Amino acid sequence: MTTVGAQNAGVERIAAAFAGSGKRAALMPYLMGGFPDLPGSQRIGEAYADGGADLVELGVPFSDPLADGPVIQAAGSRALAAGATVSGVLTVAEALAPRLPVVLMCYTNLVLARGVERFCADLAAAGCSGLIVPDLPLEEAGDTRAACEAAGVALVPLVAPTTPDDRLTAIGAKARGFLYTVSVTGTTGERETLSDTFAAVVGRAKAHTDAPVALGFGIATPEHAVQAADAGADGVIVGSRLVRAAGESEDPAGAVREVVAGMAEALR
Amino acid sequence: MAVGLEHRFGPYGGQYVPETLMPALAELESAWLAARRDPSYAEELAVLSRDFAGRPTPLYLGERLSEAAGREVWLKREDLMHTGSHKLNNALGQALLARRMGKTRLIAETGAGQHGVASATVSALLGVECVVYMGAEDIRRQQPNVQRMELLGARVVSVEAGARTLKEAVSEAIRDWVTNVADTHYIIGSAVGPAPYPAIVRDLQRVIGDEARAQLLERTGRLPDRAIACVGGGSNSIGMFAGFVDDADVELIGVEAAGEGLETGRHGAPLTVGGRPGVLHGSLSAILQDDEGQIREAHSVSAGLDYPGSGPEHAWLRDSGRARYVAVSDDDALATFRRVTQLEGIIPALETAHALHFALLPAESGLDVVCCSGRGDKDLAEVLARS
Repeated sequence: MTTVGAQNAGVERIAAAFAGSGKRAALMPYLMGGFPDLPGSQRIGEAYADGGADLVELGVPFSDPLADGPVIQAAGSRALAAGATVSGVLTVAEALAPRLPVVLMCYTNLVLARGVERFCADLAAAGCSGLIVPDLPLEEAGDTRAACEAAGVALVPLVAPTTPDDRLTAIGAKARGFLYTVSVTGTTGERETLSDTFAAVVGRAKAHTDAPVALGFGIATPEHAVQAADAGADGVIVGSRLVRAAGESEDPAGAVREVVAGMAEALR
Repeated sequence: MAVGLEHRFGPYGGQYVPETLMPALAELESAWLAARRDPSYAEELAVLSRDFAGRPTPLYLGERLSEAAGREVWLKREDLMHTGSHKLNNALGQALLARRMGKTRLIAETGAGQHGVASATVSALLGVECVVYMGAEDIRRQQPNVQRMELLGARVVSVEAGARTLKEAVSEAIRDWVTNVADTHYIIGSAVGPAPYPAIVRDLQRVIGDEARAQLLERTGRLPDRAIACVGGGSNSIGMFAGFVDDADVELIGVEAAGEGLETGRHGAPLTVGGRPGVLHGSLSAILQDDEGQIREAHSVSAGLDYPGSGPEHAWLRDSGRARYVAVSDDDALATFRRVTQLEGIIPALETAHALHFALLPAESGLDVVCCSGRGDKDLAEVLARS
């Protein structure tokens, strides 16, 4: 059902986005699918692209998001209350994918519920380039990795500051698309100062993988983004800052466009 | 004591957690294996279980209960243990383990408050910081336990998300652990969570079943026809079952919460109703979920059974046919709470009342052992308000 080219489609598109960003690090904002509602989230995603994003991480709301802090939890609850579904979020992916690579962020149970193979095939059909499953560590990821590879979707693993070197080696070798490097020991959310640890965290990740390294969790300002690039990160992921901006503004798309543009400018 | 550290029970279990926690789970597993090989750990736990917690707990033949049931009904009196429930078996074992691991801060989730009280108690005993996550709704309906935890020096954090019950409390405790994993041990209170927790909790609770089996053999010279226990996440039941699982003629029965009725969808009976397995709180097991995989809210009058998941070993005991799972409604549990109180002079926890209700139903059995998992003083206000 797939050609060799299609099997690498996601990986190749993500690689091109990192290589061709024209910035010191590719900018990957996080979007909560279905927040505040489905059309609203699509407008926010388009505003990310307008503001200079290179890729987008599209979150699927889940009832029990263990890796997320209060801002993304609340946005997810609101999206679910507004009727968001996996299929609905995939329509947002389909709308955004022509403009920039979409990497879906989705908790394990939603993947299992649809069936791993069907989930990955649906992802590819919607034009997604990658998949991040924050509660699927290396040991549990075999089936999902195989299904992603068959569908031409990059399964992006995470590493954390607590990950020891031998695990970094094993995870880094399996990384497709990029290696999602968690900047802090904790859940998602904005933090005041954390940049002094960026160099060590990014350095360790880069020493253990050939894939691009993208830094996420807690990156909230253009200064943080620049510090991540200074630390050697190939990409920067910005989540809670943007979800908060969208939630607080009368004009969510306008508000996030401005924040993304500020970060994109700082990274040029 | 048997050492088992299963990651999977049949297809169930596993470690579905953020990467940040994976090294902590590996550390916990190796510390547990080392502790189990170290006679000083077993000795320390045995002495505290005896002198601090009051083990062994009695096995009591409830004569009026037996008369009402038409068969011998023996109660394993975990309600007589210090802090009023079986939860202390696990909290004590894990707290001693945490001390060996050099952890200076203990966190726990609680539904009915019994595990929170047990965790606060061992934290006071060992002189370490304790934070207990509890749903706002459970704080309302289990006030006496909140007051006990605070008196013991624990900080009780009210969780406002979702249905504001046990599921959300577990999620919030896991987030705390993700953030503070360097100095913190998470004492999971039930036989749920990522491996190695379900195996650790079972091994610390199997004292219930091991004692009950020996006591019954000594008193009657026979094994029970049935071993019965309530199941929320399933810690008292897995502890009871562990003592009898190798006795093929002993039927193992787990009693879940039917809440307002299985047909209403408002219940806490994932094992009884079946359906597609799913991942909740780090393991694959029987859970309540919608078609898309969103976790559904459970419902039960008893906070300890108000949980949409179940321990992975229970799911496997069910599928393999070794144990059977049934459900008892809120109304039946409330009626049995009063009935057993007046029949035996024992006020059972509302959770326990579910198991007792099932034990009183007609059945072909000559002798049952029921786990009287906790005392019901905590439930008085809630029960009286409903009558």
